Amino acid sequence: MNRLSLTAGARSALFLPIAALLALATPASAEVAIQEVKSDSGVTAWLVEDYTLPLITINFAFGGGSTQDPAGKEGLATLMSGLFDEGAGDLDSDTFQSRLDDAGAEMRFSAGQDTISGSMRMLANERREAFDLLALAVNKPRFDAEPVARIKAQLVSSVASRSRDPDQVAQVRWSEAVFPDHPYARQDDGTELSLNGITPDDLRAAHQAMFARSNLKVSVVGAIDAETLKQELNHLFGALPQDANLKSVAKVEPRLAQQIEVGYDLPQTSIRLAYPGIPRDDPQSIAAYLMNYILGGGDFSSRLYNEVREKRGLAYGINSGMMNQKYADALVIGTATRSDRASETLGIIRDVVRQLAEQGPTQQELADAKKYVLGAYAINNLDSSSAIASTLLQMQIFDMGIDYMQRRVKMIDDVTLDDVKSVAKRLLSAEPAVMIVGPPLSTEKQG
Amino acid sequence: MNRFAGRLAGCFTAAALVLGTLSPSFAQDKVAATVAEKADAAKPAGSGVTDFVLDNGMQVVVIPDHRAPIVTHMVWYKIGSADEPPGKSGIAHFFEHLMFKGTKNHKPGEFGAKVAENGGSENAFTSYDYTAFFQTVAPDVLGTMMAYEADRMRNLILTDDVIGPERDVVLEERRMRVETSPEALLDEEVDATLFQNHPYRIPVIGWMHEMEKLNREDAVAFYNRYYAPNNAILVVAGDVDADTVRRLAESTYGKIPRGPDLPPRVRPSEPEQNTARTVTLKDDRVTVPSFSRAWVVPSYTTAEKGEAEALDLLSEILGGGVRSRLYQQLIVKSGVASSAGAYYEGGRLDSTSFSLYGAPRGEATLQTVEAAVDAELQRIREQGVTREELQKAKTRFVRSMIFARDNQAGMANIYGSNLATGGTIADIEQWPDRIEAVTPDQVQAVAVKYLVPERSVTGYLLPKEGASN
Repeated sequence: MNRLSLTAGARSALFLPIAALLALATPASAEVAIQEVKSDSGVTAWLVEDYTLPLITINFAFGGGSTQDPAGKEGLATLMSGLFDEGAGDLDSDTFQSRLDDAGAEMRFSAGQDTISGSMRMLANERREAFDLLALAVNKPRFDAEPVARIKAQLVSSVASRSRDPDQVAQVRWSEAVFPDHPYARQDDGTELSLNGITPDDLRAAHQAMFARSNLKVSVVGAIDAETLKQELNHLFGALPQDANLKSVAKVEPRLAQQIEVGYDLPQTSIRLAYPGIPRDDPQSIAAYLMNYILGGGDFSSRLYNEVREKRGLAYGINSGMMNQKYADALVIGTATRSDRASETLGIIRDVVRQLAEQGPTQQELADAKKYVLGAYAINNLDSSSAIASTLLQMQIFDMGIDYMQRRVKMIDDVTLDDVKSVAKRLLSAEPAVMIVGPPLSTEKQG
Repeated sequence: MNRFAGRLAGCFTAAALVLGTLSPSFAQDKVAATVAEKADAAKPAGSGVTDFVLDNGMQVVVIPDHRAPIVTHMVWYKIGSADEPPGKSGIAHFFEHLMFKGTKNHKPGEFGAKVAENGGSENAFTSYDYTAFFQTVAPDVLGTMMAYEADRMRNLILTDDVIGPERDVVLEERRMRVETSPEALLDEEVDATLFQNHPYRIPVIGWMHEMEKLNREDAVAFYNRYYAPNNAILVVAGDVDADTVRRLAESTYGKIPRGPDLPPRVRPSEPEQNTARTVTLKDDRVTVPSFSRAWVVPSYTTAEKGEAEALDLLSEILGGGVRSRLYQQLIVKSGVASSAGAYYEGGRLDSTSFSLYGAPRGEATLQTVEAAVDAELQRIREQGVTREELQKAKTRFVRSMIFARDNQAGMANIYGSNLATGGTIADIEQWPDRIEAVTPDQVQAVAVKYLVPERSVTGYLLPKEGASN
């Protein structure tokens, strides 16, 4: 899936990346004691020690991902992510998986557009075996012919099975239209043709290029102390090359002011709009996050939710989100509505956006948004070891600083109504990219 | 399963069983997954779970977890879609949506604003056997959440003004989840064929033509009959102690009078089934064919001693993951399938379903995959399972409960869903022991007894003829 995507009513694709990034910090209650642990080999991890449960969770990410796939070999990073438990070191696929099962550790790898990430969750008393297996997977994946062919066939089958699915077809059209000639325009999972062209040597080369200490971020939560973790970091990552060998990828502005129509005879029409986004390190990014909450980020309370769902019953879900990736930013709105009222719905969305651009929010809306964003941090980001580990990793990937949780309260408090009005004007005055998936729109009511 | 199964549009797993009020994959996701997947984990020793009953009959469960200053507050009503009156399909889920409207004491949106003001999250979901509402908040507003939740248990204002637009919302929800998805359409028809008499044959979200007619009278009658403290379970998990919960619960829920006594939840039961039936959907959007085969089997609530545990382990051994027989044989060794697996829906009040599924890889045909799945089932029916694979499956189950403790909302779901489907706290606590006690013979016995090819329902999802692959 393209990360800058939004399928009908689903908010995970839209929302998860930001929730972990900008919804940070609540007063006192968000205190977790983060230790910075540095191994002799220079690998750094952020650690939260917690012995309440006999569990250890580790999350890590290497910069790179599917934007590094060579032209014609799209799907390489995704395919690689499916092969780390299919044999490593002197263990073949079956032996590796059998030992992983016996150790009871959950190991997962996944490829995004900008990173390849991994995680492992284990019982503390199985740490030795679990970390030994993880070290093998990270350092010495085998990419044997049989598992490569098998996992490739699964991915090809997955790609093929979606090839006539309207959502998937629309996703392809969207990426190509909004990010023309950029790696973000490509499909992360590749095509049957590109996947079939990938060899074990391609996988080895990509692993060699991407898995290095300089582009690695690590977070650990649970029953392990800093000194022990130091040794484990050496064991897991110390033997990797110092520097990654990555192709440079250009920053890209989403192409707006266009209408993309994907015609299907469906009882429900999906609508997606893209407006300019804002980089996370932009001084206005917190104001933009608050603005988005008011527009369509809130669960049961946003302007879009009230106008489209609550008052008129036009859709089950309607959301907006600030998309932040390494090379692109956008504000994306998505919904799905009955086809015979799709133009009416689009008109309402455009009106809501226009009004916020021209007049900004009220003081009360801003106050409510601040309260939510301050309080939601612990609830959204700290309610399990996995959530904490994932939050700490995101903070490192986006270079937010180990004291971000403390600083953020003030950053939010400091945002003024004028700040939000200004950023609303900046982002929402643009003519958006609009995609319609469904029957052609009737024209009479479109605003 | 397929490594990339999450990307497959639908794999015949129990996808749309639990319907949320909000968009599908946000807060609901982590909760729904736990509920639908395994309504069967256990209370780990020393975790300090306590329970008691208020004077008005409301059951209360407290699951302490003091790692973070967060608390999950849930109310489960023992009412689901399978309890709906004939002709009113969808009313349970529709009513769940209506619970978010105004009350005699609070304007529409006020409760939601109070949750948001504290940075909390909230949602609700409906299944065949229960309806649940929850908020995750900081512990200092737990009492406030209880006051609002108790208020809407009895004081909802249901006017045509709120009913109309919300009915349109659930119709859109049905279009989004079902009408636009060939997988979901087929799943509905398979269930409607598998259950010949029991209301599990009717989709939780309802049939479109009946949903369109749901009205205020239906909603008021449903509310007055089922939304009462003696039909509800309060589950609180997180940074709070039992005494505090008791005090807060008594001063909120405890003030609500007991509702009318409800008769036992006896639904129409399944007749003897004697045929193998098939349901086929050909759709232009489908490119890779797939099939599922389903049987009616006992749930944890209805099973004879040890049978549900044996079915759970059978599902794990046959098709639970990459170490399962179906995965190893069909995907790794013969390579005829791109995905294959098994699914047992154990957490239901009445007899439930067990299903197998698969899809071909490369040049292999669907018939080849189907025959290979049948062969693996037949092998277990004839030769049983090994002691070693059974032990590994048991270890995975028991270990999963330790992992489950990392998620307070997940723990709340385990307790809530079990209690709402007739289980007890003791059932949950003793589940690991009962799993450990299952023998290889018992696993073979449930396969022989229940997974009989001559009385199954097979669903085929096929490309439209003439469509290129």
